[in-house]
Amino acid sequence: MNWLLVAIGGAVGAPLRYLTDRAVQAHQGPGVPYVFPWGTFTANTAGSLLLGLLTGAAVSSPAHALLATGLCGALTTYSTFSYETLRLAETGRAFLAAANVLASLLAGLGAVFLGAELAGGFGG
Amino acid sequence: MSEQAPRELPEPGPPAAPQGRVLAAVAAGGALGALARYGALVLWPGGGGFPWTVFFVNVSGCALIGVLMVLTVERGRVTHPLVRPFLGVGVLGGFTTFSTYASGVSDLLVRQEALTGLAYAAATVVAALGAVWAAAAGTRTWLDRSDRGSRGSRGEGRAA
Repeated sequence: MNWLLVAIGGAVGAPLRYLTDRAVQAHQGPGVPYVFPWGTFTANTAGSLLLGLLTGAAVSSPAHALLATGLCGALTTYSTFSYETLRLAETGRAFLAAANVLASLLAGLGAVFLGAELAGGFGG
Repeated sequence: MSEQAPRELPEPGPPAAPQGRVLAAVAAGGALGALARYGALVLWPGGGGFPWTVFFVNVSGCALIGVLMVLTVERGRVTHPLVRPFLGVGVLGGFTTFSTYASGVSDLLVRQEALTGLAYAAATVVAALGAVWAAAAGTRTWLDRSDRGSRGSRGEGRAA
């Protein structure tokens, strides 16, 4: 049963990430070169916040499978994050590459903490 | 036909295909990727401490996207417009996860296992970037070699 819920969550999370990325890029305006990967950053931070909320709320196992493992797992990505970082480094933008790693890590961690706090503390 | 002029920065943007089909491909891939990650966690649940399963899921997904992006965006060896949405955005995006990673680091910090938490945070970044770099570089070298091989005769191309 949980398998199905994970698949459904994944089938929603991945397109959400894709649409987020497109929306963020469109927001940067036509002709503006796509430099810092804000789209992936936004999806990763939003997914981490949602996962923090779910963790703090201690949701049931089916809800966890659907929303945490499926939705949040697929809304966020490590593969695109690392490839975009590699491209920044390979095109002579080492500072932006490092900034992307640090900012993503700090924002993701902060979002998980914030979500868990908002949802009622770390299960204490 | 395949004159591989080095392109500009391969922008991680959407390929040209009807929006509905792209979204369907991303959704199908996302479901499969999430299932594969869930399957790995069911097979190797781990027991507290360093989250090895999520670590290997993320690192292997990063290696695979390195291969995929070189074959598609960089070198145009695979040109079907739904390959990248399905395999890249969908399957690999759904397989790898940033939220579970961040949550894993946070759990370790909250449980006062700061050293393990920091090690996990740093090791994943280093291994993931190393994997995507090595996979992309390896794929480029392999394509260059096979190009040289198919261009044929010996004694050619030893100019430098």
